[in-house]
Amino acid sequence: MATMTRRRLLAAAAATATALALGACGSDDDSTDGGGAASATVSTADVDAALQKGGALTVWAWEPTLKQVVAKFQEKYPAVKVNLVNAGTGNDQYTALQNAFAAGTGIPDVAQIEYFALPQFALGKSLADLNAFSAESLKDKYTPGPWNAVHSGKGIYGLPMDSGPMALFYNKELLDKHAIAVPTTWTEYLEAARKLHKADPKAYLGSDTGDAGFTTSMIWQAGGKPYQVNGTEVTINFADQGSAEFVKVWQQLISEKLLAPTNPWTDQWFQGMANGTIATLATGAWMPANLTSSAPGGSGKWRVAPLPQWQAGARASAENGGSSLAVTEKSQAKNLAYGFLRYANEGDGVQIRIDNGAFPATTAQLNSPEFLGKEFAYFGGQKANEIFAESARNVVPGWSYLPFQVYANSVFNDTVGKAYVSATPLADGLKAWQDQSAKYGTEQGFTVK
Amino acid sequence: MAETAVVPTRRRSWAGWRFIGPFMAVFALVFLAPIGYSIYLSLFKNRLIGGNSFVGLDNYRQALHDPNFWSALGRVSLFLVVQVPIMLFLALLVALAIDSGRLYGKSFFRVTVFLPYAVPAVVATLMWGFMYGSQFGLIGSINDSLGTAIPDPLQPSWILAAIGNIVTWEFVGYNMLIFYSALRTVPGSLYESAEIDGAGELRIIRSIKLPAIRGALVIATIFSIIGSFQLFNEPAILQNLAPNAITTYFTPNYYAYSLSFAGQQYNYSATVAIIMGVITMVIAYVVQLRGTKER
Repeated sequence: MATMTRRRLLAAAAATATALALGACGSDDDSTDGGGAASATVSTADVDAALQKGGALTVWAWEPTLKQVVAKFQEKYPAVKVNLVNAGTGNDQYTALQNAFAAGTGIPDVAQIEYFALPQFALGKSLADLNAFSAESLKDKYTPGPWNAVHSGKGIYGLPMDSGPMALFYNKELLDKHAIAVPTTWTEYLEAARKLHKADPKAYLGSDTGDAGFTTSMIWQAGGKPYQVNGTEVTINFADQGSAEFVKVWQQLISEKLLAPTNPWTDQWFQGMANGTIATLATGAWMPANLTSSAPGGSGKWRVAPLPQWQAGARASAENGGSSLAVTEKSQAKNLAYGFLRYANEGDGVQIRIDNGAFPATTAQLNSPEFLGKEFAYFGGQKANEIFAESARNVVPGWSYLPFQVYANSVFNDTVGKAYVSATPLADGLKAWQDQSAKYGTEQGFTVK
Repeated sequence: MAETAVVPTRRRSWAGWRFIGPFMAVFALVFLAPIGYSIYLSLFKNRLIGGNSFVGLDNYRQALHDPNFWSALGRVSLFLVVQVPIMLFLALLVALAIDSGRLYGKSFFRVTVFLPYAVPAVVATLMWGFMYGSQFGLIGSINDSLGTAIPDPLQPSWILAAIGNIVTWEFVGYNMLIFYSALRTVPGSLYESAEIDGAGELRIIRSIKLPAIRGALVIATIFSIIGSFQLFNEPAILQNLAPNAITTYFTPNYYAYSLSFAGQQYNYSATVAIIMGVITMVIAYVVQLRGTKER
């Protein structure tokens, strides 16, 4: 009880403290912070004071490298006690988090939230707007994709922890054996898929059983913008050019049964990549650590190539996955929590996470020769980070997720999934997904067009 | 309640309350309160934009026009009509066989058939899920080594049958035990006199055994109806293996679960749960009435 009141007092004192003129130096031309930004700003000095003074901090995250970050953080700030809780991965954690918010108790101070889920939590006023800490000044520290992703309207609801610029991981040994060139366009990918499956009926060029995150990333790369969000006005449209490009190729891959019907993240999936029955994987740059640990049999055989293109000669890319750390609105130790965010996602923590196999969202690390020159044993000594960094620069701008993407993704297999197991055309599946998402949006009080 | 009791009545009524008081308190807390709270929830609607508001019976109206809800109900009804008779028939057959006294190793069979019931449903489903795998599971291995083409049990058109198979495997033993224990209560003298009258084994089954376990049959049927309508574990676990075959509205319970955990539609979820509760109660009651009336 006593500590609670003291912490509350501290927070109140910090909130009313006069802000140092930190925001002024890093401001850009486009900083027209009219609405959304909190009135009182907390200065870096306040955050530092909170870190020195110490206290307890509960962090919900499943990202494995945070363990080492927490250990080093506590070494640096001995007065702070961080309680790192793994409350489940992805949706499991969001469920727990939403339940905690609904109940109003048991809410952590800091939570790991993927970019696609962030708008939903921001909208529910569950997360603290980091404008109160002048977080906008960190803009140049991050690559544009992730930095854009932590914004919702004018608000900043998290600091980017990692990013997932996409690339094509492929089993070089297998492709070489069948004399198949690494596809540079998705049309070539389709042809390669036919050729491989014909040469070896047990082998597939890729695997896909219907994955919302992957599908939206593909449409993103193709230049589609199915989701447009403006406050509570939402547009959902899977009939645009980008979606059509994706459907054209993917429908053929599905109809001709050229994709392995293996569910991602299962043992079979990793086995398939290790034993040469799944030849490629288009996914985010955070994948290598997973391959090394779960598909060790593929070590040395795999390589990384830029993502195949929808237009020959183009250099477009998209993000897949990636998450942020956010401070909850109900946290009693926001200054401390923000201190942890900066340490983990912008300060010393970034290098610790990279050393343990994570892919950063910070420009300093992404451009450092040491990072770019890292040779991956799994990829036969290839400097894969060069390809990932290039991909990060080529992410197509202007993408946004729905403010209720967690729900939308949960009904993806009800709708689009039908195209993978029946005669339903993929385009109809996407239309059904659009309708179902729109219906939910309307029910939840959005203006859906 | 206290106010009405002030009215002078016979003191006897208080003594009764004192005895059932502890039970009633627990009953109210763990049984009535959650139901009351669910009904309360079902009258509201909490939206991302606009917050919480009282909507009366809107949620019920919505549920009655919800194709997802009806398709879920249709699915479990089909399951009930097909799977329950098969399961009960098998259970009856085994119970009669064990009771006939002509089976060697009677207790061995009894325990073996009952054993699957001791396996938690979650474990049983996982186990069957691995066997069903057409790529890496048992089905895949059989197809590979024998060159057969057994269809994938986890595809949309087979999934319900696949679940029916799991549930039958799990519950045949349980129902067998209910029937068997009912059969054991039939006095042996009845069989002796039937034999003296020249009745064969089939005749004994038809005229003595089946009428004797009629009550047990009704009970087992009611349990199975409730079990079918509450189908949840099996689809929820197989969903990971067959995400495109098992929709988020596969069964009414799974629908209620998805509504509240993926969409935060707690209010609507409560509504679906209440409607399902009422439907289950009505059907179980009708079966009970019919089952006992013709006795």
